[in-house]
Amino acid sequence: MIARYHLIAFFAAALAGGCSADRDGDGIHDPYEPMNRKVHAFNRAVDSRVVKPLSSGVSGKDGKGIGSHVVEAAGNFGSNLALPGTAVNHLLQGKPAPAVRTTFRFLVNSTLGFAGLLDPAGKDFALPEEDTDFGQTLAAWGVGEGAYLELPLIGPSTERDAVGRVVDLVIDPMRGWLNRDQYLIGMGARAASKAGERGRFSDSVDSILYESADSYAQTRLIWLQHRRHELGEEGENIDPYAE
Amino acid sequence: MTLMPNEFRRHNRRGFLGLIGAGLALVAQPAWALDTDEARALIEKSLDEVYTVINSGQPPAQMFKAFEAIFARYADVDIIARSALGPAARQAGAAGFAAYKQAFKGYIGRKYGKRFREFIGSEIEVTGARPVKSFYAVTSVAYLKGRSPMEVEWHVSDKSGQSRYFNIIIEGVNMLASERAEIGAMLARRKGDIAALTADLQQAG
Repeated sequence: MIARYHLIAFFAAALAGGCSADRDGDGIHDPYEPMNRKVHAFNRAVDSRVVKPLSSGVSGKDGKGIGSHVVEAAGNFGSNLALPGTAVNHLLQGKPAPAVRTTFRFLVNSTLGFAGLLDPAGKDFALPEEDTDFGQTLAAWGVGEGAYLELPLIGPSTERDAVGRVVDLVIDPMRGWLNRDQYLIGMGARAASKAGERGRFSDSVDSILYESADSYAQTRLIWLQHRRHELGEEGENIDPYAE
Repeated sequence: MTLMPNEFRRHNRRGFLGLIGAGLALVAQPAWALDTDEARALIEKSLDEVYTVINSGQPPAQMFKAFEAIFARYADVDIIARSALGPAARQAGAAGFAAYKQAFKGYIGRKYGKRFREFIGSEIEVTGARPVKSFYAVTSVAYLKGRSPMEVEWHVSDKSGQSRYFNIIIEGVNMLASERAEIGAMLARRKGDIAALTADLQQAG
């Protein structure tokens, strides 16, 4: 097990390190922009034709739609299955405390929370979700962000985070504990909860995707800023008076 | 850390005169200078006004006008509009820029005002203020229904002669940077024609 992690870590670091480069003046490094824009157009079409109609049907704008409780339960179920992988990443980042809390959260919600459908750990035990992923682990190890990428169906990412996503699939302890069908159901629940989120945040998503002059550039900027904030990698403050 | 030697040099060069200047500034401070308390009070007051409008239950069109007025009272609209337009602001004539600024103000009022429903039943708690370089950052946490708490940071400056905020950063997402990209894209679509951009802005948001 440990040897497998070492090997993966080595390849991931080599991969992400090999393609990372300095950010441009505006803090955005996007050498694949022409390709990314094509993927963006595709993602936008999928969103307007499939995801948006589906998600607005499932969870109403204000979270009062018919299926909002089902979506919440599916989301809880799916994110519960992601917790072991999250705990592994906390450990890989050298943070045992959140790894322990995440493990307790998994144990509480898997038992008292009926296989993760409910979230008693967050509501009654003060064990909220402390999300992380292998992209963040790579960042903690000093791997550069790399170029911006927009991935088909998945959306905005970077070279570092794209590698992280693949590694997260490989190191997920759940893969060893569940059979293939169970694992696929878990992934399906996670996808369903993402669609539910799309419904809940529809105003924000719509304003970026359909109301901005250049939805590609807005998505790229907003996503990168938010991700860097999550990773504690924010750039300089803007001082318009000094310009 | 690389700034340290420079800082030292500057202080030494200032020497005695610098000390006198600093003393004068200290004496004068209560009368005019912005401090953390004042920056914090400004944001709390503007938030109170925003929530009064949100809870008033007026029709949306009236709300957007009210948000626009609050924005004009508490934000440095001139510097935000100028910064969003970028280098093109220098090429615009005074009248052209004034018309653009007016349209920009309405656009901001509508674009951000439209989201008021998300803030019904919410609460924003101002948690602190600290000096950053030449301005102040006021930190707050927004508690919106069904979402994890969000960090919202306000940047406040008195460089315009009055204490005003000039940027809002929500979970790392920077309003000024986002509007720079948006206005830049709108201007590019009009091939740099600021009058055409102004006309578009009157409809946008």
